[in-house]
Amino acid sequence: MAQSRSSKASSVKTSSTGDYPPFSQRHLLSIADLQPYEIIDLLDRAEKMVPISRQERKSHPTLAGKTQINLFFESSTRTQGSFEIAGKRLGALVMNMAVKSSSVTKGETLIDTAATLNAMRPDVIVVRHSAAGAVELLSQKVGCAVINAGDGAHEHPTQALLDALTIRRQKGRISGLTVAICGDIANSRVVRSNLLLLGALNVRTRVIAPRNLLPAGIENIATEVFTDMREGLEGADVVMMLRLQHERATGKMIPSVREYYRFYGLDAEKLAFAKPDAIVMHPGPMNRGVEIDPAIADGPAAVIIEQVEMGVAVRMAVLDALLPAGDNTP
Amino acid sequence: MTQPLLIENARIIDPASGMDHRGAVLIENGLIADLSTGGPVGVPEGAEVVNAKGLVLAPGLIDMRVFTGEPGKEYRETLASAGQAAAAGGVTSFVMMPDTAPPVDDGALVDFLVRRAKATSVVNILPAAAITKGLKGEDMTEFGLLREAGAVCLSDGRKSIQSTALLRTAFSYAANYDMTIVHHLCDTDLAANGVMNEGLFATILGLMGIPREAETIPLARDLQLALLTGVRYHAAQISTAYSVELVAAAKKRSKRITCGVSINNLALNENDIGRYRTFFKLSTPLRCEDERQAVIDGLRNGTIDTIHSDHDPQDVEVKRQPFAEASDGAIGLETLLAAALRLVHSDDVDIKTVLKAMTTRPAEILGLDSGRIAKGAPADVILFDLDYPWQVTETQIRSRSHNTSFEGARLAGKVMRTIVGGQTVFTHEMETAP
Repeated sequence: MAQSRSSKASSVKTSSTGDYPPFSQRHLLSIADLQPYEIIDLLDRAEKMVPISRQERKSHPTLAGKTQINLFFESSTRTQGSFEIAGKRLGALVMNMAVKSSSVTKGETLIDTAATLNAMRPDVIVVRHSAAGAVELLSQKVGCAVINAGDGAHEHPTQALLDALTIRRQKGRISGLTVAICGDIANSRVVRSNLLLLGALNVRTRVIAPRNLLPAGIENIATEVFTDMREGLEGADVVMMLRLQHERATGKMIPSVREYYRFYGLDAEKLAFAKPDAIVMHPGPMNRGVEIDPAIADGPAAVIIEQVEMGVAVRMAVLDALLPAGDNTP
Repeated sequence: MTQPLLIENARIIDPASGMDHRGAVLIENGLIADLSTGGPVGVPEGAEVVNAKGLVLAPGLIDMRVFTGEPGKEYRETLASAGQAAAAGGVTSFVMMPDTAPPVDDGALVDFLVRRAKATSVVNILPAAAITKGLKGEDMTEFGLLREAGAVCLSDGRKSIQSTALLRTAFSYAANYDMTIVHHLCDTDLAANGVMNEGLFATILGLMGIPREAETIPLARDLQLALLTGVRYHAAQISTAYSVELVAAAKKRSKRITCGVSINNLALNENDIGRYRTFFKLSTPLRCEDERQAVIDGLRNGTIDTIHSDHDPQDVEVKRQPFAEASDGAIGLETLLAAALRLVHSDDVDIKTVLKAMTTRPAEILGLDSGRIAKGAPADVILFDLDYPWQVTETQIRSRSHNTSFEGARLAGKVMRTIVGGQTVFTHEMETAP
């Protein structure tokens, strides 16, 4: 199924100036800022980026001559690497900057950092920060596009887009599906972005977690809320597992890993409650034996590796949409 | 002595006596020398006569919770700049919280503040002294010596004492000197890393929430200890429906229990935070609309005694930060009256109740002679236009810090003249003059 869709897509022109009207947003800060048609537009653009990464010469230099700064206040290998590859495949000059989280090392404020980077005249800054709203604050102080690569427990929009793309390629559609998200809902930015995106596309969204990992008011955001995993998985098309920060949570939010795994870890017995063709997703990195049985993580239902591939495609699409060719000629 | 001042044709509202009547007030030698609500008043020789037609004459406001930056952070606010801001807002006296550098935990510092305020501020500044040394919540300060030096009450300012045993001892010892304890309510363990009201809105923003119980649990503890020790206890600022219930129940058992509310919790709610606007990051946090309505009810039925500005100057460096990392606090002296009058204009609370909470009640709680319009009372008086429309703009702010939660707000009601001890310290003309 995935194969047929992608081969069809590869025959379509991928020029950023050809097929699409310009993307109307200046930044990508949150899914909440996007209209449903903009989400679909980004997914369609991403779909067309997939074959580029499967070519032998993985180059589509629509961003040649542009500068991309990856500014990560929180360490990340996966997301930062994905953005770096995406930028490079589009021909941009990519610079990675790792900064110690500003909350710990007082000194240069976020605003100072923004002003400093802005003076180097980048075309896009990709930012991850431990504080919710920090990326938006930075975006107000620079003259270029800003992409949120995760801000605290607020949003992680490209993750939700890559999840949606993976779902669409696997299931052929998004609307009308039932998606169950299980794990540390309270502290997850992935959940917030996913609930907003899937909600906008008429998905029946469910969250599953012990009560102390459910944030206040979540029943107003997700379609349904469950504390029992079997009930929550009943009839689900997609099972999305979240990483449990078990080093931080044990003793504080949950008593032990073994108890958590018993009741909220995804194993074959619990997965059997979902639809027979249900797919299993995880934003990574996984804790095998904490939130997911290794047999499931590496089994036939898992699309976790495809998610990583779609991550590059989505980030290429976002970069391309925010930086249409020729907009920065001096 | 100064020139006598006769204000005639004013609508005199005195919450202490319940008066709301057209009349005239004669100010002489720093006192209200005469008060007339009917016939003509004799004009003393050489008196300045002010026709206050269309204006309300009321006691000057007494603000029970103001932070300054002097000593230690004068770039945020000095006693002089806070005094100017207060005068423009119709605040003729304010209680200055002890959160300075160094904290006001020693008689010598109280003495310094009293003298410094007299020398530099146009309004009365009443120092509150710390309950614990260094505001650390560990060892008691010298209540007796602090009172002798001029401390008007005891408070740990922004800090909330966590130890129940220490609170019991402090309450008991304060009762010994008949001093009022003003205590901020926050269970720091429960509030943990919370930065705004817990609820759907915090969840959407991805911010850690502060549950209401972080206020109500310490409040319930304090009220029980206040009843146990007989101390004059003032809950600094409450913000929830359940807090109002708790205070109402405790008040039935003791007349020495009172409580206050920040104008922010009366006029604003958590939605004002919008997209991470840090000028709305406050401790006590802004709550949801239901809680705000409950607090307004509490003010209307007399459970809540006082309204204060919670004026807390913070500079750009600490405010222009990601929400969770920004400092708490907003300035409020200059907007206190107009923001409170919103409740009058919306027919939520009558004007006498609103004024009482900013004049008579604080005076009673602090044992001040002011806060009333009566013959022989100190001439701390304001004239204001109840309906005067204006918009809060950064350029007109007199405070050294500009972190107002009413930036751009359209307000109705403006102070036209502020008189402290018979001296005019602010007029609307001064403000509008080029």
